[in-house]
Amino acid sequence: MQGKVIDVTVDNVVGEVMNMKNDGQRLVTFSTYQEGDKIGILYHFDKNLETTHLRLLADMDKPIPSVSGVYFAALLVENEIRDQWNVEFDGLVLDFNRTLLLDPEVTQVPLVSNVKIEPKK
Amino acid sequence: MATTVIPFGPQHPVLPEPIHLTLKVEDEIVKEAIPALGYVHRGLEKLCEIRDFHQMINVCERVCGICSMIHGTCYSETIEELMGIEVTDRAKLLRVIWSELHRSHSHLLWLGLFADAFGFEALFMQFWKIRERIMDINEATTGSRVIVSVNVIGGVRTDLSPEQIRWILSEIDIVEKEVKAIQNTLMNEYTVKARTVGIGVMTKEQAWELGAAGPTLRGSGVAQDMRQLGYGGYSFLDFEPVVETSGDSWARGMVRFREVLQSIDLVRQAIAKLPEGELAVKFKGNPPEGEAYHRVEQPRGECVYYIRGNGTKNLERLRIRTPTFANIPPLLAMLPECELADVPVIVLSIDPCISCTER
Repeated sequence: MQGKVIDVTVDNVVGEVMNMKNDGQRLVTFSTYQEGDKIGILYHFDKNLETTHLRLLADMDKPIPSVSGVYFAALLVENEIRDQWNVEFDGLVLDFNRTLLLDPEVTQVPLVSNVKIEPKK
Repeated sequence: MATTVIPFGPQHPVLPEPIHLTLKVEDEIVKEAIPALGYVHRGLEKLCEIRDFHQMINVCERVCGICSMIHGTCYSETIEELMGIEVTDRAKLLRVIWSELHRSHSHLLWLGLFADAFGFEALFMQFWKIRERIMDINEATTGSRVIVSVNVIGGVRTDLSPEQIRWILSEIDIVEKEVKAIQNTLMNEYTVKARTVGIGVMTKEQAWELGAAGPTLRGSGVAQDMRQLGYGGYSFLDFEPVVETSGDSWARGMVRFREVLQSIDLVRQAIAKLPEGELAVKFKGNPPEGEAYHRVEQPRGECVYYIRGNGTKNLERLRIRTPTFANIPPLLAMLPECELADVPVIVLSIDPCISCTER
């Protein structure tokens, strides 16, 4: 994969993202994938057309620290991940609570097989 | 002051895209805007689990009609990177030609809609009339006006004959002449300026920090265009990103206007440098395995594809980040403190494509 990849953990992801911001990096987006019962999140950054990725491998059933307090633009992609993977983000600045892309009555998480959730009241 | 909540969209007379904004308004001044998406969400990323990786080109082209060619190119180039396929120079430049035709017809469509948003119907019709020539080129060369479907893994499926190339060159000469004839109206007309200058201002720092993309980023003075990466055939061509510095709706419009002329120039350059060669290379071996991240420049800005393959014909993961998705946070920053009447102009100034955003 093009660009430098740096591994991060749930404990230091916010700090590492803050370091990227202080370095003048633009947050491009996140990409996600599943690896066993874990979710992989790649935080893509850009500076002068050079790409850097932070790779986080985290438990799907535990909250992940939100970086929307560092980069406001992260709120949209974190809400999208919440919709599509049913992963929670701690400290999300605007939490759509799994209704950014999905209707409240949707019970099947799109990108995770066999995970049912209660419809929103 | 009492706060009024006004729902804007998803169906709105000047808004062709189904975005919904909840506007909190005080005395006709917008104080807060909260977006709601999902009206046209189709779960296209999920389709990669049941569609062959070759078939996914057709799915990706349908993420968005207006930039379908560039979606197809981005997907194909990401798979080619994963599989180590080197496409011929002819195929690379043919992709550039159709991509730039797509960019120019997308911008002409948007310029017309923008004129419509501030009530200049004659200008709207002029832009759409010019756009028809590009659509005719698409139809004559590929058989389709919008979704041209020329990409395959390893190259393109359609060639351009010398007669077609001569005809394209004569048509884009006319397009250039007709676009330049409107330039003065768009740049200097009082009514255009009154509705766009100083409206929806976003500074260079805000644009960078909020992750803006494409003309929304370049309209705020940041000279960044993914074509500078030299992907595909762009490494053979000379160009500089189009930049405006005022950061308002007018600047974003002018970036797109000037990019129409730039696209015409790039089509001419690509045709001049078009070498002989195969249209598509044949490849053998296992389906894609590993991960790849690829960026291209769509009419609306930077588009990102992330693909994970596991050596089977179905991809494990396809992630598409489209430019409008990136431009929604900047939109949320532009709307507060604007007048309610300016909301359609500001929303249109990012050239929203909700079909892309929701996939």
